[in-house]
Amino acid sequence: MTPRVIFPNKILPYLLVAPQLAITLVFFYWPAGQALYQSMLRQDPFGLKSRFVWFANFRKVLVDPAYLNSIKVTVVFSLATAIVAMGVALLLAVMAEKVVRGKGIYRTLMIWPYAVAPAIAGMLGLFLFNPSIGSLSYLLRRFGIAWDPLLNGTHAMILLVAAAAWKQISYNFLFFIAGLQAVPKTLIEAAAMDGASETKRFWTIVFPLLAPTTFFLLVVNTVYALFDTFGIVHAVTGGGPGKTTETLVYKVYNDGFVNLILGDSAAQSVILMIIVIALTAIQFRYVERRVHYG
Amino acid sequence: MKFFGFAAGVAATLTLLSTTSAFAVTQISWWHAMTGANAEVVDKISKDFNASQSDYEIVPVFKGTYPETLNAGIAAYRAGQAPDILQVFDVGTGVMMAAEDAIKPAADVLTGAGMTFDKSQYLPGIVGYYSKPDGTMLSFPYNSSSPILYYNKDIFQKAGLDVNSPPKTWNEVWEAAKKIKTSGAAACGYTSTWLTWIHLENFAAWNDVPWATQQNGLAGGDVELKINAPIFVNHFQALADLAKDGTFKYGGRTSEAKQIFLAGECGIMTESSGGLGDIVKSGMNYGIGQLPYDSDAKGAPQNTTPGGASLWVFADKSDEEYKGVAAFFAYLSKTDVQEYLHQKSGYLPVTLAAYEATKKSGFYDKNPGRETPILQMTGKAPTDNSKGVRLPNLPQVRDIQNEEFEKMLAGQQTAQQALDNAVTRGNAAIKEALGN
Repeated sequence: MTPRVIFPNKILPYLLVAPQLAITLVFFYWPAGQALYQSMLRQDPFGLKSRFVWFANFRKVLVDPAYLNSIKVTVVFSLATAIVAMGVALLLAVMAEKVVRGKGIYRTLMIWPYAVAPAIAGMLGLFLFNPSIGSLSYLLRRFGIAWDPLLNGTHAMILLVAAAAWKQISYNFLFFIAGLQAVPKTLIEAAAMDGASETKRFWTIVFPLLAPTTFFLLVVNTVYALFDTFGIVHAVTGGGPGKTTETLVYKVYNDGFVNLILGDSAAQSVILMIIVIALTAIQFRYVERRVHYG
Repeated sequence: MKFFGFAAGVAATLTLLSTTSAFAVTQISWWHAMTGANAEVVDKISKDFNASQSDYEIVPVFKGTYPETLNAGIAAYRAGQAPDILQVFDVGTGVMMAAEDAIKPAADVLTGAGMTFDKSQYLPGIVGYYSKPDGTMLSFPYNSSSPILYYNKDIFQKAGLDVNSPPKTWNEVWEAAKKIKTSGAAACGYTSTWLTWIHLENFAAWNDVPWATQQNGLAGGDVELKINAPIFVNHFQALADLAKDGTFKYGGRTSEAKQIFLAGECGIMTESSGGLGDIVKSGMNYGIGQLPYDSDAKGAPQNTTPGGASLWVFADKSDEEYKGVAAFFAYLSKTDVQEYLHQKSGYLPVTLAAYEATKKSGFYDKNPGRETPILQMTGKAPTDNSKGVRLPNLPQVRDIQNEEFEKMLAGQQTAQQALDNAVTRGNAAIKEALGN
């Protein structure tokens, strides 16, 4: 039984949590409340005329084919980014563990890209894959691929995923390295003596023991792909060609700040907030149960 | 050390603030979106204006791209912190016009300060675009541009084309582009920036065909797009066909195609006259021609419509501030200031006097082609089809058009389908916007 901590002073505990509460109130509840209110208004950009319309904006958004398309785009983009970023990072981490000499340098180089801002990562990708001047698109053309992310939606999506995942690999790598070091060497050695192959050792011992790390990274990467990639989309494709790379977050920006339809944009933000809450709840309730914390 | 630096900064700021109030100089804030050479022009004009008198101080603040600047202005207005002057690009004109209570017409600012505003001194095509249907000038034209044709003379030579006669009609452009491609003089024949502005809005005005009903939206009311008429369909089908083998190369929705042209990848480009600075800087052996027209159009070439940006004044400012803004606008209209702006930036002069003075100085003889955008815009008296286009949500409508063009250029739909979709989706969006 854990001992209950009792503060002699009745006000002190409230005072101690007050700063945190204040920050949450100012930076979460207040803007969230504003968004909720705005999502039920129809208003001109300057806020000169507004009309309260209850849920009309939500109805409009949810039947809009462009919005449904944007949901599809977001699912594809987030899944691809999370899978690529985590898969590559895990592979690199396992490989890095085997390096005997220069481990430090190797790891530092791997972690470096994490310091790059998303928009910069996007610009780097944009330059490398620019159909006219990009060095990587030049290579692709040499291999007979008509690389054109400006008009080909699939190419644009690949470019986005590559730029978004590349930036996240370092972060995942760091956690996988830490996770790998926590795997007891004795278990692996025992399995090796029993004649288990390297692949077998990885899938039956290392990978299950990495589950907490993998789960944590799954949450972080999904949230990253959903919300932190605005800068990359903005810099690389701007949602185009057509609407093939318009993610939910980008659509909120586009409708609100380019098209100046604030009601629709706010309604989308609220939907996004509900999605995040639901996603996190599901992840912690169902996925986490299957995770074994060693 | 850090703290002392900070303290010194605070002290300096306080001193500055106190001296400002001691001299009672009225500060006029000006939010703009100019970069590179054009930003230098903004700074120089502001500095010169501040030095020319001691009552007002113009404070220019860079706020990002055109859409970002517009957004910053709108957000600031909603928060009660609007600047005095906001530079808004052509596409945002309809947005600002729809917000009558938030702005003060430029004409009222000038007359309110006891100045007379003589409309006849300004280029009619430009002032007309920034005026209400009843003729009240709402914003002050700062930088106006017009789309023109640029061509690479070295590539023309290699392709066996006449370097001194740029193509005049779109058919001639297609022919020249094919020749450039087939002769191997360049990887692509033709590219263009701003398909919406050049190939729809200016295409309509230049060929004297309606872009939309209600005088392209200038007369207000229920506006319906007319851009799926046969002349547009034929034009875009030609573009789509040329895109198949790379004779036409798409660069992007705004001015990205300029890079392709500057890299020597394409021989011909249509772009804003405001883009001239970069081309001059690149050292390319370039030539300028007027915007091509459709040889099937009866009245072509008519006149082009202004692009660029204008300066809007926000409502609910003090009389002192309005007087300062009026003084600044009067300064901007001065012939030598306009001459400087025109010659340095490639944008059009907004007063007739500045145009005449530039002509007299021999600038156009030394820089052939620099007069082309002015001649295009002022050559003929504008018709109902060529005064400009205006919608409360033009940025959104342009986005829709761009999306359909991209699908068309990727070979997923024909020009007819693309333009039909653009009309249906565009009309629905316009109706939505008007319903607010």
